[in-house]
Amino acid sequence: MLAILDYEAGNQTSVRRALDFLNIPCAITAEPNALLHADGVIFPGVGAAGQAMAELSSKGLDAVLSEVVRSGKPLLGICVGCQILLDYSAENDTRTLGILPGECRRFDPAWTDEDGRNLIIPHMGWNGLHRKQECVLLDNVPLEAEFYFVHSYFPMPSPELVLATTEYGQEFASLFGRPGLWATQFHPEKSGRPGLTLLSNFHAYCKEVAHAQ
Amino acid sequence: MLSKRIIPCLDVRDGRLTKGIKFKGNVDIGDPVDMAKFYSDEGADELVFYDITASSEGRGIMLRVVEEVASKTFIPFSVGGGIRNVADMRAVLLAGAEKISVNSAAVRAPEIISQGATAFGSQCVVVGMDVLKVVSTPEIPSGYEVVIHGGRTPTGMDALAWAQKVQELGAGEICLNSIDADGTKEGYELTLTRLIAESVSIPVIASGGAGRPEHMADAVTQGLASAALIASIVHYGEYTIREIKTILAQRGVKVREVW
Repeated sequence: MLAILDYEAGNQTSVRRALDFLNIPCAITAEPNALLHADGVIFPGVGAAGQAMAELSSKGLDAVLSEVVRSGKPLLGICVGCQILLDYSAENDTRTLGILPGECRRFDPAWTDEDGRNLIIPHMGWNGLHRKQECVLLDNVPLEAEFYFVHSYFPMPSPELVLATTEYGQEFASLFGRPGLWATQFHPEKSGRPGLTLLSNFHAYCKEVAHAQ
Repeated sequence: MLSKRIIPCLDVRDGRLTKGIKFKGNVDIGDPVDMAKFYSDEGADELVFYDITASSEGRGIMLRVVEEVASKTFIPFSVGGGIRNVADMRAVLLAGAEKISVNSAAVRAPEIISQGATAFGSQCVVVGMDVLKVVSTPEIPSGYEVVIHGGRTPTGMDALAWAQKVQELGAGEICLNSIDADGTKEGYELTLTRLIAESVSIPVIASGGAGRPEHMADAVTQGLASAALIASIVHYGEYTIREIKTILAQRGVKVREVW
């Protein structure tokens, strides 16, 4: 059973629809016990970092997330859920969870794309990944596969955490973390088959860890 | 590098596609959910549904269609037609659409754009614009006028000024439909597309006039559009989306080729 963290800034239902389609048992929940007893936790997010953090703190979910990670439970942060795993976001000048070292910055409209035109912000649409380190989440995902992005701020984690990068004006970390603690700037739940494969891989990893324990 | 998007558009009335879609072999498929799945499997980057249902009963049916599409296809899609207020937007987004699209409703009451952007974020709000080429006047200096009701009603508004205004109000994207080009299959209105794309900093989807894959290449190169909307060119089986993408890639356009 996977737990999808329930809070105001989430796109929980899209994630649940994708897991339902894959026949992966899941529940949308904000219950600390349910989160701590799931095989793994998905931490979705849309909207702004400031609101998302305010919502998490007001419900004490920031502490629960830290506890989930401390206990070695696999966690997957998506989009804003990926960004606020870091220490700080320039969006609303927000101190974020600090579970992984790094920060989030805004795309600079002065940056240009490959045609020399100013960047359109948000970065919205399909873009590819350059793999930097082995990551089980990308098992069976074709190298040229693209994923769906919608964001105006991008994560800058500590370099050793970068698993894959994407180019938009400059190269940024679109997949980062370490085994069992991952963050994707893109939306696997809206990325067609490659996204569904990534979610299946996460579930398989969670089951393995749960079984080993 | 961001891919240019190819977006099939499906018109729905009372939960069925208005034009049964004919494939080679003349099989008609009228179910929007089956078609969404088909196009998603074929490599569509996004889908647009226009609900042309008039009745409130029909709107309920549309929400069920949206839910079913969202449970079976996992690419972004937007829903337009008949969205009059934030409550309508919320219902469609909760049912599983990624974006909602407003057109005439935004012309009548532009605040629907800012209300939607505040409630759900700009990335959810697409403004559809139907545009007609006219003689340039002091009121319409660009020579392009916004029209509503499928092109029948002029608004007296300049398309360029309106595009900038909807961006200011918080629109996340503009779907720009040329009434002159629509249905001609002779290509998108590139002058208009480029004019609008150059004057806003949000993505512009070119719409109206696609007859060949080369037209889509022109829309995203000369026209500076981020995406191209297509309808009959794929609905009637003249081209598959894969064929279109192969031709675009051969012309140096960055498209998503693996899915």
